[in-house]
Amino acid sequence: MHPAEALFDALLLLSMVVLAWQGVHARNMFRAVVSFMMFGLLTAVAWVRLEAPDIALAEAALGAGLTGALLLATLGRLKPERRGARLQRAAKLSMLPWLALGLAGTMTLLAVTLALPAPGLGERVLSAMPEAGVDSPVTAVLLNFRAWDTLLEIAVMLLAVIAIWSLGQDVLASTSRLPAPSLPALVRLLFPLLVLSTFYLLWRGGHGPGGAFPAGALLAAGLVLALLAGARVPERMTGAPLRCALAAGLLAFIIIAVGVMAEGGVFFAYPPRHAPMLIAIVEIAAGLSIGVMLTALFLGGEPTDTQGGST
Amino acid sequence: MSLPPGTLFLLASALLFAIGAHGLVTCRHLLRKVLALNVAMTGVFLLLVTLGRSGTTVDPVPHAMVLTGIVVALSTTAVALGLIVRLERRRP
Amino acid sequence: MSTIAGAILIVLGLLFFLSGTLGLLRFPDVFTRLHALSKADTLALGLVCAGLALHADDGTLQLKLLLIWLLVIVSGATCSSLIARAALAHGIRPWQR
Repeated sequence: MHPAEALFDALLLLSMVVLAWQGVHARNMFRAVVSFMMFGLLTAVAWVRLEAPDIALAEAALGAGLTGALLLATLGRLKPERRGARLQRAAKLSMLPWLALGLAGTMTLLAVTLALPAPGLGERVLSAMPEAGVDSPVTAVLLNFRAWDTLLEIAVMLLAVIAIWSLGQDVLASTSRLPAPSLPALVRLLFPLLVLSTFYLLWRGGHGPGGAFPAGALLAAGLVLALLAGARVPERMTGAPLRCALAAGLLAFIIIAVGVMAEGGVFFAYPPRHAPMLIAIVEIAAGLSIGVMLTALFLGGEPTDTQGGST
Repeated sequence: MSLPPGTLFLLASALLFAIGAHGLVTCRHLLRKVLALNVAMTGVFLLLVTLGRSGTTVDPVPHAMVLTGIVVALSTTAVALGLIVRLERRRP
Repeated sequence: MSTIAGAILIVLGLLFFLSGTLGLLRFPDVFTRLHALSKADTLALGLVCAGLALHADDGTLQLKLLLIWLLVIVSGATCSSLIARAALAHGIRPWQR
């Protein structure tokens, strides 16, 4: 490794650690949230340094963008932190020896782990790639080899949306809005671009970094931006169409997983002949569904029918 | 450099997890606890991907796991924030 | 030749980044800080992108760099205006000597 690269990594990781500490312990809650968003952005750079562009794309859109928007929206609805609600400095410092002990233990464990042989699954994935139906190893793992994990993950997201909807109605409508003419103009410019990039990433997922997760994240970023600019879920969309969009990914996944059993296969074992098409269907459905679900998470409740306006 | 590659990232991931766990225990405010949890999760993700790089080929399995993990982390955060807002409304 | 020109452009861009950051740290209130940051950083990014485009030997890559710069111009300007509006709405008066 070039010394300049090592220096860059060291600076990057040092700022990440400092920002993480500030993100948890900054005196002002707003400052904590903003530090955390910066931390998310730097994490995306760290993923690039670790040669994980798929994760970097998702992290930039989700970890920094959408999580930040969610946190700020929540912060606006909370009462200011009470004085004395935070632990005394002394109490906080008294935890530090335990922290150091835990850290030392973790580092020893890591040193031991590094000394062990680490074959990984890279070779096995590589040898199975001809039957995967796609050229990108990460997409192959996500939607073919370990599609079961992805199915459950989408189910978790859908459950999260249901949990939030069950808490009550959409709360975004009650937030005040600044008169800012430049934001809708920006959204009118960016929204089509973001939708275009969503489909570009979906297409690209077959042979390079991209795929359902970054694509869904970008779509959600566009939709949330539109919501922030004052767009509302159109009334005729709030019922069945929205629910269908939310469930589409999970449904497509289950139908295909069970469907390949009908052809005499095993649960989720795509016949190699049809694998490319099946994966494409799942990928598009999952990507769009993830985008809509992330937006629903941001809405923080079931969209009400009483709001005026449309997208 | 005599250090094995990725040592810095491993060190950072351990530190991040420690900061998150420490914050989770010592912070009173629930929003801070959520932030601490997110920091700890990032530490775990970094660890997974860094360990996946130690082999000869780049291992795509940790990448896929972390991708799903990020989305699950966001779902968890969203539910937690929703609960915090409702809780605050209930409490005087 | 174009490599050297590219390197000069990148270094120039970094100098503008530095001055923008200096303004962010030293200026008295949010409006003057935004003024320093948005202008200097937009120009700096343009210079860095131009320098990188001179280094790139691929037309698509140069087009992507141009696109990055244009998108950052648009979103940076909007963000600055939003932050300034939010500050005004929260009753922060512009700094006066």
